[in-house]
Amino acid sequence: MTNFSAAPVGSRAPRDVVPASPRDVPRLGGPQNPSADALREQFGDVVPRVDVCWGETTVLIDATRVLDVVRWLHDDEGQSYDYLVDITAVEYRDMERPIEMVWHLRSLPYRRFLRLKAEMQKDQPLVVSSIWPVYKGADWLERECWDMFGIRFEGHPDLRRILMWEDYKEGFPLRKDFPLRGRFSRSEQLSQALAANPEARYSMEELSIVDAFQDLPADVRERLAGGEQPGE
Amino acid sequence: MMATKKRTVEVELSTSGIDSQGRPTRVPLVVDEQGRPVPMEPTLTLEPDMKDEHMLINIGPQHPATHGVLRLVLELDGETVVRCVPHIGYLHCGFEKIGEYRQYNQIIPWTDREDYLNSIGNNVAFALGAERLFGIEITERCKVLRVIAMELSRIISHLVWAGTTSIDIGAFTPFLWMFQERENVYNLLEGWVGARLTTTATRVGGMAADIPAGWTDGLSNFLRTFPRTLDEVDRILTRNAIWVGRTVGLGVMTAEEATNHGLSGAMIRASGVDYDVRKDFPYLDYETYDFDVPVGTAGDVYDRYLVRLEEMRQSVRILEQALARLPDGPVNIDDPRVILPPKSKAMSGIESMIHHFKLVMEGPRPPVGECYVAVESPKGEKGYYMVSDGTSKPVRWRIRPPSFVNLSAIPRMVEGHLLADVIAINASIDIVMGEIDR
Repeated sequence: MTNFSAAPVGSRAPRDVVPASPRDVPRLGGPQNPSADALREQFGDVVPRVDVCWGETTVLIDATRVLDVVRWLHDDEGQSYDYLVDITAVEYRDMERPIEMVWHLRSLPYRRFLRLKAEMQKDQPLVVSSIWPVYKGADWLERECWDMFGIRFEGHPDLRRILMWEDYKEGFPLRKDFPLRGRFSRSEQLSQALAANPEARYSMEELSIVDAFQDLPADVRERLAGGEQPGE
Repeated sequence: MMATKKRTVEVELSTSGIDSQGRPTRVPLVVDEQGRPVPMEPTLTLEPDMKDEHMLINIGPQHPATHGVLRLVLELDGETVVRCVPHIGYLHCGFEKIGEYRQYNQIIPWTDREDYLNSIGNNVAFALGAERLFGIEITERCKVLRVIAMELSRIISHLVWAGTTSIDIGAFTPFLWMFQERENVYNLLEGWVGARLTTTATRVGGMAADIPAGWTDGLSNFLRTFPRTLDEVDRILTRNAIWVGRTVGLGVMTAEEATNHGLSGAMIRASGVDYDVRKDFPYLDYETYDFDVPVGTAGDVYDRYLVRLEEMRQSVRILEQALARLPDGPVNIDDPRVILPPKSKAMSGIESMIHHFKLVMEGPRPPVGECYVAVESPKGEKGYYMVSDGTSKPVRWRIRPPSFVNLSAIPRMVEGHLLADVIAINASIDIVMGEIDR
């Protein structure tokens, strides 16, 4: 039977060490990602703490220096964190604890996984610099973080809500002070939805089909105005 | 100018659009004054002169080719896409918020419903994450069963992808073949866990059920017949002129771009980056299975198709090895703090009854900690980031959705392509809106 597939199979370059599934990982401690020490050496006080939890290294960094740290991790040849996995935030049930920004990075050449964290006090404005200039994949992830937590990313090209709609007024759903069922009761939500005029929210640019009629050539306009259905 | 009644006649059935004399085969005929059909004058302009203005067009959210409720606002110059703005969120259900109010085992049904073509794979991924958080080592039999579950679900997802994509591009036959095979896998899953689509197959520390007697025969039967279907699809599509013409060179992402955009799964591998979580950051002892990772060269829609087709073959290889090594023994770990006792014991012994009550009412409690566990889902790197504060409900349950990140690159991929190619490019991403909107 002919096999037509042309995808090269197994074109993975052989590597020295075959990684293994983690076994018997301790809760705290254990081998640390070498990038943590490199970060300390490079940035000093910007890295106040390094934790290892369930085998994953977490580096706490100063929230004001995020872009520098990430750019160095991405560009430095000894680190090569070329792959952004995820951007998210954590708010704890203990309302005194600061909100944590979390970045998950991978280095595909070195097969390393690193978690960066930055703490943000709740009485301060929740602002952190965007890492979009380094990773294009940060675009939607940061938008989601803004949408869900209300964290502003400075330098993001297009920071809009992404999962909730544009004029969603109830706040930021994943914050702990946001009730599970939303701020309004079901009946209030329903009456609001019925009273809303969704078309008023579209920009005129998106609705430009309404004006497009005026821009049509004169003969087409005449034909359409005469009752001819387009597409017949 | 006399108003002529026009109608289009298919002159000759030809896929190339050109007949033996080199003339286009699709000539619209018009009726002249005497009522005779004559070929339309080629100089007649049918399209209104749009001058240099761009046109905005909405695809979706209710459009069959958007595979759910995706809305793409396209700015077109003629038929060429100048700008693409995706809008998502129509299916947002707040899974992550709900997860903060649920015990770990109660979250597993929610994982079914995000990427619903890969529900059993999500169950396994979530259970792996929770077990890392609990510090649990699962049994060997459970590991192999989960590998079987994940590879079956990869096959299901790729089958649906190949079927729907071929429909989008205009081939109907592969869709029927693929869904026939998918039915076989769903029958297997139904025999195992009782459900077909929303499986909820795993528990923290084990599985909901062991496979029934004789189930492996059904699986080996499937593994014997399934590659034949793959070969048939290979024959009907891979060298098909229409398929090639509609996929080659579309939506190209270079290796650097794919990495920088955070693409994963077949999307990044088609671009030539050999990143597969199963190989690079293995779990469930994937490093002990012998399988290859297909890698594309061009990073276009055609390569993504080739990569996914080959991945199904490799999944069959993994499944054969898993069947051969499936060990006997218990599926669930022996820890009454995490795993429910058997129903017969819970109803007869006081100790098991107390365990049962505590587990159901309070739920198992992991220690304080956090973990990120990623698996290679059919769509790409699917990760669960969980933070525990020592209570029975997570502080934060974050889904890293592969199709969300993959879809975010669609403006980059469709720019400069034709409107009709947007459908093919969008299909090649293999999106599931349930996972994107969560």
